[in-house]
Amino acid sequence: MALTREPIEPGSFRSRQLLARDLLRGDLEGLELERHVEQSLLLTTLDKAVAWGRSNSIYPATFGLACCAIEMMSVVAARVDIARFGWEAFRASPRQADLLILSGRVSIKMAPVVRRIYDQMLEPKWAIAMGACSSSMGVFNNYAIVPADKFMPIDVHVPGCPPRPEALMHGILKLRKMIQDDPEMGWRQRYDAEGTEEVLPGAEPAGA
Amino acid sequence: MSTRSSYRALEESITLSPLEEQIAAQRGGETTELLTLNIGPHHPATHGVLRLLVTLEGEIVRELKPIVGYVHTGIEKTAEQKAYWKVIPVVERMDYLSYYFNAMAFCGAVETLLECEVPKRAQYLRVIHLELNRIMSHLVWLGTSALDLGAISMFWYCFRERETILDLFEFSSGQRMHTRYFQVGGVMEDIPHGFEAKLREFCAIMPGRADQYADLLRRNEILLQRLRGVCPLDEATLLGLGVTGPLLRAAGNPWDLRKAAPYTSYEDFEFKIPVGTVGDNYDRFAVRLAEIYESVKIIEQALDGLPEGPHITADRKIALPPRHELATSMEALIHHFKLVTEGFRVPPGEVYYPIESPRGELGCFVRSDGSSKPARVHMRDPSFVNLQATAPMVRGSYIADLIATLAMLDPILGGIDR
Amino acid sequence: MPDQVGLELIAGQLASRIPGAVVGTTFFRNRATVEIAPGTVRAVLADLRAEHGYRALMSVHGVDYYPQEPRLGVHYELLDMERVDRLTVKLRVSIAEPSVESVTPDWPTADHQEREVYDMFGVQFDGHPDLRRILMPEDYEGHPQRRDFPIGGEPVLFTHNDATSPGWTR
Repeated sequence: MALTREPIEPGSFRSRQLLARDLLRGDLEGLELERHVEQSLLLTTLDKAVAWGRSNSIYPATFGLACCAIEMMSVVAARVDIARFGWEAFRASPRQADLLILSGRVSIKMAPVVRRIYDQMLEPKWAIAMGACSSSMGVFNNYAIVPADKFMPIDVHVPGCPPRPEALMHGILKLRKMIQDDPEMGWRQRYDAEGTEEVLPGAEPAGA
Repeated sequence: MSTRSSYRALEESITLSPLEEQIAAQRGGETTELLTLNIGPHHPATHGVLRLLVTLEGEIVRELKPIVGYVHTGIEKTAEQKAYWKVIPVVERMDYLSYYFNAMAFCGAVETLLECEVPKRAQYLRVIHLELNRIMSHLVWLGTSALDLGAISMFWYCFRERETILDLFEFSSGQRMHTRYFQVGGVMEDIPHGFEAKLREFCAIMPGRADQYADLLRRNEILLQRLRGVCPLDEATLLGLGVTGPLLRAAGNPWDLRKAAPYTSYEDFEFKIPVGTVGDNYDRFAVRLAEIYESVKIIEQALDGLPEGPHITADRKIALPPRHELATSMEALIHHFKLVTEGFRVPPGEVYYPIESPRGELGCFVRSDGSSKPARVHMRDPSFVNLQATAPMVRGSYIADLIATLAMLDPILGGIDR
Repeated sequence: MPDQVGLELIAGQLASRIPGAVVGTTFFRNRATVEIAPGTVRAVLADLRAEHGYRALMSVHGVDYYPQEPRLGVHYELLDMERVDRLTVKLRVSIAEPSVESVTPDWPTADHQEREVYDMFGVQFDGHPDLRRILMPEDYEGHPQRRDFPIGGEPVLFTHNDATSPGWTR
């Protein structure tokens, strides 16, 4: 059997694996070491600061569909106050919003509308599926309802029918932690959504 | 691709161009270009996913077509698959702000079919929870309507009271919304020990709070300008459109099913029906605000007169036996088993049971074919019928008036779409 | 509610004024129902409004009587506000010829409600100003609330019918 040598692409998983092995052995030095540390640390301090700022001033989109919307309004109200975390600025236009709280059941007539609104949101954007109906059809297992995961990527599912405002707040805090730790969250890979990055005018689309 | 363009063709079938000719003819040939604007289904006037196709001449609304169905959940079809007992939580989620009313209409219809007698205590408890729900629904309406009109701080005040009411619901049934508290034959559980005291506390403060809201809004110049004389509709048109509830009462017709055809012991209570005079947006607003006071009175009377007795019918073929009996009585065990697995059977027949919900006449039609699952459940939802009145109301007024009218109409899309 | 005697009187008067209208009467749990022939619905409702005072149409809803034929039923709930009287008028049509005259020109409230009956059951209302689907998407095929329409919208896939799978389950 002939041995072949194939070059390892820099930046590929295999090359990062080998670099990590070298780091553990103490073999990396100098420029290589610096570059590796930069690449492997998820966030630099600046990134961390930006993520902290982002997580504390999310603009949710006003997207109440059904009963969960009333409990979402309770989260905005005074007892469980979403403004403590800076999230009280609900924007009507999806262009100005970065969080979509799908509160309520998504019917088949509404699903393309939701998808269109989600597409209109600018990145980075997140989505919370609030309640049982949007996460998984909920109480209604019939022809008219679509679970949200079928047509858009969801970051946090909050169960309940409707979830108490405290439960929604728990989900919101989890999302906030997720944003602080890792804003990208790799949802493009998870949902097979490569090719949906923004294409600046005049530039070539990445990957095509 | 072909299905998409035929869909577009279907959408274009909503023709609005004859209107231009109509207006041109009215003006003696002076043509004006009409703009068709699509409002919704996602829009910030938070009344749910309602889509309106509005034809505008400048800023004046010439024609309006509501398009609904964006939260259609097939609840009526789901209800045919479930035992009668299990239909209650599903049917509660129709008009999602007045869930006790949905349950009441359904339970009333099934009790009529079964010829089951609801004990007096259960009827009074039902009245208490129904009126609490009415107050809560009006509070949410007030908060969100004021939000639409620009009085944003009303939202927080109304939801503060709503939290107290939801605490009471949680006290009696364990759940804030969609409580499944009403069962066929009565209520699920008797009220716990501290409930009456907490409820009396609430009844003591609520009229004062409603006074505060009235002080903020009733003489407010901006509210008066936006609501007084705006989009009135006369009683005859409303009756022709089948509109009931506060909208009809604002136009001067005191039709209220609690007084006209009393159910669950409403005849035992003394309360007034607030009625408007002109039928404009301000009257609709004032009628609902006044109904809050009347509901508090009903609750107080119900508490004062609350009789002792069982909280659900004693007929073990319909209602679950109390749990302590399961340890000693074989019959109770068998009844429990039959009820939980199959459910009770209802003799065949069809019944339409109407009640007065915060938005109008809520009627439940149940057809049973003798089995343990209903053969047809249909809710005559008041918002569905009231929505037809939007077009006659707003023709000839401004877009801002359209938003205010939608707010005063109080549509709940869950009830419209079911 | 009109009592049994009142119901028979109304039915008798209807039958005499509109020949062939009344098919049957039911008095069940203190509620009166008149079953009429489908072609006479507009005349019957007009007569009930004019002669007997039932001036408000509260609800128009459909029922599927599967497996009894004729399968589709349409119920009209009438209300007399002065005497607080309710009367149900019902008619049955078959799936093969599901056409009923629309009462919308006389009763504006029937507009959306008849559209819902059309959407959910497939009853064609002749003379309706704008008979389109109201709750389902405009291009939806099928009438969901018929009893033989599967609850999930598509039949459950077992091994024997797996060949018709849409593919997304793979």
